[in-house]
Amino acid sequence: MNSLLNAARPPVLCPGCTHERITHSLDQAFQNMGLAGHQIVIVSDIGCSGLFDTFFHTHAMHGLHGRALTYATGLKMARPEINVIVTMGDGGQGIGGAHLLAACRRNLDLTLLILNNFNFGMTGGQFSATTPPEAQLGSGFLSALERPLDICKVARCAGAPYVRRCSGFQKNLAEQIQDAIEYEGFALMDIWGICPGRYTKKNRLTPKMIDDALAKLPTIDGVVSENVRPEYGQHYRQLAAAQKKVSAPAVIKPQFTAPQAGRQEVILLGSAGQRVITAGELLCIAGLTAGMKTTQKNEYNITVLRGPSISELILSPQEINYTGIETPNVVVALDQEGVDRRRGLFERMAPKALIIQISGVNVPTSKARIHHVDLRALGVKRPDWALASLAVLAKLQQIITPQMLEAALKIRFKSNALDSSLKLVKQVTTGKAA
Amino acid sequence: MAYSLLEGNEAIARGAVAAGCRFFAGYPITPATTIYHNMLNLLPPLGGICLQGEDEIASIGFCLGASMAGMKVMTATSGPGISLYSENLSFAIGSEIPIVIVDVQRLGPSTGSATRGADGDINFLRWGSSGGLPVIVLAPVDVQDCFTLTLQAFNLAEEFRCPVFLASNKEIGMTRESIDLQKVATPGIVERSAAPSNQPLLPFGVDPGQQVPNFLPIGNKVLVRQTSSTHGADGYITTDSAAIARNQERLENKLLSAINRFSFHEHYSIKHTDTLLIAYGVSARAAKAVFKAQKRRGKPISLLVLKTLWPVPENVIQQAARDARRIVVVEMNLGQYIREIKRILPQKQVDFCGQMDGRLITPARITEAVDHE
Repeated sequence: MNSLLNAARPPVLCPGCTHERITHSLDQAFQNMGLAGHQIVIVSDIGCSGLFDTFFHTHAMHGLHGRALTYATGLKMARPEINVIVTMGDGGQGIGGAHLLAACRRNLDLTLLILNNFNFGMTGGQFSATTPPEAQLGSGFLSALERPLDICKVARCAGAPYVRRCSGFQKNLAEQIQDAIEYEGFALMDIWGICPGRYTKKNRLTPKMIDDALAKLPTIDGVVSENVRPEYGQHYRQLAAAQKKVSAPAVIKPQFTAPQAGRQEVILLGSAGQRVITAGELLCIAGLTAGMKTTQKNEYNITVLRGPSISELILSPQEINYTGIETPNVVVALDQEGVDRRRGLFERMAPKALIIQISGVNVPTSKARIHHVDLRALGVKRPDWALASLAVLAKLQQIITPQMLEAALKIRFKSNALDSSLKLVKQVTTGKAA
Repeated sequence: MAYSLLEGNEAIARGAVAAGCRFFAGYPITPATTIYHNMLNLLPPLGGICLQGEDEIASIGFCLGASMAGMKVMTATSGPGISLYSENLSFAIGSEIPIVIVDVQRLGPSTGSATRGADGDINFLRWGSSGGLPVIVLAPVDVQDCFTLTLQAFNLAEEFRCPVFLASNKEIGMTRESIDLQKVATPGIVERSAAPSNQPLLPFGVDPGQQVPNFLPIGNKVLVRQTSSTHGADGYITTDSAAIARNQERLENKLLSAINRFSFHEHYSIKHTDTLLIAYGVSARAAKAVFKAQKRRGKPISLLVLKTLWPVPENVIQQAARDARRIVVVEMNLGQYIREIKRILPQKQVDFCGQMDGRLITPARITEAVDHE
């Protein structure tokens, strides 16, 4: 096969830069594999390693510092058949640390070449995540303060199934790169090299010194057996293929007449864990069974099973514009937290309006009618209170009817959940007017 | 007439799928998370891809990679995530990568209030990326807009090869609403225009008069170069200042010159009215209630609901304001888009009705602003 190097754009690296050797080794690996340019995409980011995509006649995507792995992930998921080669410096590895960890954990079939020359070359030789503390660099004493990162150790811990540490001067570098590309899974190579433009201005580093340093470290040369597992893309497609298709949204035909004509506004004032939002949804669906337009505006804190939970529901034969409620027809006081959050609204309630007050909840004085229900005495558990309050409304012929509620339950729930909700709705009695 | 009950976020997800989106990546964040949940339910059974990135930066990065591979892509987040998207937004703008980005806005600044609504990102969406080049921002009002504007957003992203934002709001995204899906008018589906697949590609080359370069995906026979660096038509770094200037101007003009084609809005005009109310997003719902009420009260006003916010639909605003003496701008923030209205209508009295406390602006508050100068 022919070289994939771009004759029109020869490498523009400093004389003596290891990146140039790696460029030729990568080209040799492509040739050994018999790859054509269109079967490869080189994804790079910022720094001298970010020039790599211009050296080759391949597809190329060059983006922001440290983010090359993210573009590569999208490309590989979209086009599993292409060979995705990511080049990154020790700088990009540092700034994109979260992406590196995620790529190791994910095991998508990408080949990551980290061109590790122990400093930020392009910006003036500042320290990177791999700079030895004794190095003299553009960032002065700061580099002495941080401990260099062992990329390979991190990658292994993070789950990379293929990790190799080597020198950019290694004779068999092309074979090693080929081995990494051919590995079906995430393959990382930490390739040590010399940055003559910056690093070796004040620091001595030779190929021999790199070899000696590498010899002192445990050998990390390819497949990490404890991390070998299915490749992410294949695994994804296997699990995705087993997912069931989601049906179109239920279309709810009007079949009932709502007990009150005209716009009705209901507020459920409860707390998290009472399934207030689900009850609100049921009331809306019940409204749809009577041909009403509906909106459901919810309010709750970010906490999950704590704090107030409020649902504002409008049922109207006309278009609903503003979704908030100023003067509700019905307020259901399910929990003190919800009531306290909206204390101000009670004084605005009209004499004709109704408050369903669940025993144990105090409500501020208002002109509205009050209807007491002791759900505890009825044996209803707290998570069912909001639903039980809908049953009370239905039995009082307020907003919805029992038929509308039953139809809504049948639309919203299936099997066990449907049976138990229907049973609950039947069990609830209306309580008494205060 | 038969309704379905959908929340805004689900309508966006379903709109995306209808538009041909088959790649979604996102990172969980209230109030946008249910878009991700819906895409996770919808895409895999269709052979599509839905990923959760390790963060927002990864999520948009995945999308840009997949878009360059030819897929229609979407991501969704809220203000804090838009902050993290910024560097990749400028990549998508400058390197012409189609992507739809949903911002289900929550009360800021910063992490703010996760479960409270706001329209505090309106200027941030336009100006929050390096370089200052334009983007498209569409603002849904209700669940139906969530569906149809998502389709429009994909069409615009494909046609103009740029990021298109949907500026939603917690109070739209997480609000459920009845919708008659049968009656929703949907636009035709637009695909990015393809370059010939039998000759070398100039990835950013345009013919005279052409504003948007033709596209080929990374991965086919013809080699494609994509780069975030300042580039010439060939996708390589250039230092040719004339070529750079031409390209920057094209990136601006391709959107500014076409704005009249996608100035989505609703204009409720009543002759001889003194006041024009301008609103967008969820506040437009309260504004519409006020418009109707004022008519009933015998004190009619006109109403302009903007659904394209950026580029500024100047012609639409100027025409709607032509006969008005006074403009009242309603916004769920402390006054952002009003700057544009004042810029366009220097000769008019432009008053502000805004609020930024996590609550909806009530019709009563707008009425007060209309009644009292």
